[in-house]
Amino acid sequence: MNWSEFFDMGGYAFFVWMSYGLTLIVVVANIVSPIMQRKKVIARIKRAIKREQLTGG
Amino acid sequence: MSAPLITWFSISALLIAVYGLYLGLFVAPTDYQQGESYRIIFIHVPAAWMSLFIYMVMAISSAIGIIWQIRLADMVAAASAPIGASFTFLALVTGALWGKPMWGAYWVWDARLTSELILLFLYFGYMALQSAIEDQRSADKASGLLAIVGVVNIPIIHYSVEWWNTLHQGATVTKFDKPSMHIDMLIPLLLMAVAFKLFYAALVLVRTRNEALYRDRNRRWVRELVEKL
Repeated sequence: MNWSEFFDMGGYAFFVWMSYGLTLIVVVANIVSPIMQRKKVIARIKRAIKREQLTGG
Repeated sequence: MSAPLITWFSISALLIAVYGLYLGLFVAPTDYQQGESYRIIFIHVPAAWMSLFIYMVMAISSAIGIIWQIRLADMVAAASAPIGASFTFLALVTGALWGKPMWGAYWVWDARLTSELILLFLYFGYMALQSAIEDQRSADKASGLLAIVGVVNIPIIHYSVEWWNTLHQGATVTKFDKPSMHIDMLIPLLLMAVAFKLFYAALVLVRTRNEALYRDRNRRWVRELVEKL
C-alpha cells in the first residue's frame, strides 16, 4: 500500500479524514480550554487581592 | 497532589492513542461491506462510549453531592459536563460523517441518533443551570437534579437499537456473546477506548482543580496558593 492509496481511504477520504480532523480539534480544544480557564481564575483572584490591599481589606 | 497523576494519565493516553491509531489505520483489514469508511469506528465508538460513561460519572457525583453534601463530588460533576458534551458532539458528527456514505444521509431521526442528541442537550442543560444560578449550592442542586433525572436516557440510548427499528447497527462489542468483530479491528477499538478514558481522567482532574480554585476564591488556601504563582 502506498501513501496516496492510504490517504484516499478507498474513496472515503473526505468522511474518514473529516472525522479524524474534527477529533483532533475536539482533543486540542479540551486541552486548551482548561488551561485558559485556570489562567483566568488565577488572574481574577490576583486582581481581587490587589483591590483588597488598596482599599485596606 | 493531582499534578503527577495528570501527567501520568496524559502521557499514557497519548501513547495508547498513537498505538491504537497505528493499528486502526494501518494494520486493521478493510471491511468487506463498508470498505475503508468503517475506520471512523475507532473514534466514533470510543467517543460514544465516553459520552455515556461521563454522563454516569456526572449523575453519580451529582447524587453524592446532593445526598452527602460532598463538595468535591459537585466539583467533579461540574468539571465533567463540558468534557462529556464535547465527546457527545464528537460521537454525533463522526456518526453523521459515517452515516452519509453508508446510509446516504448525514442525519436521520431514528431512536439511537435522537436519544444521543438528547444526551447532548442534557449536558447543555446542566452547564446552563450551572452558569445561570448565582448561588453555587443552588446551582449544584438544580443541575444535579437534571443530571439524575436524565439518567433514564442512558438505557434508552443503549437499547434503542434493539427496541426500535433503526438504521444504526446493533451492538458488536458490548454483548454477552463473543464480539462479532475481527480481532485486528477489535484491539485498536479497545485501545482507543482506553486512551479516551485516560484522556478524560486527566481532563477531569485539571478541571476539578480549576473548580476548586474558583469556588474557594475567597478562602485562605487559594489566596496563599495564588500569591505564590
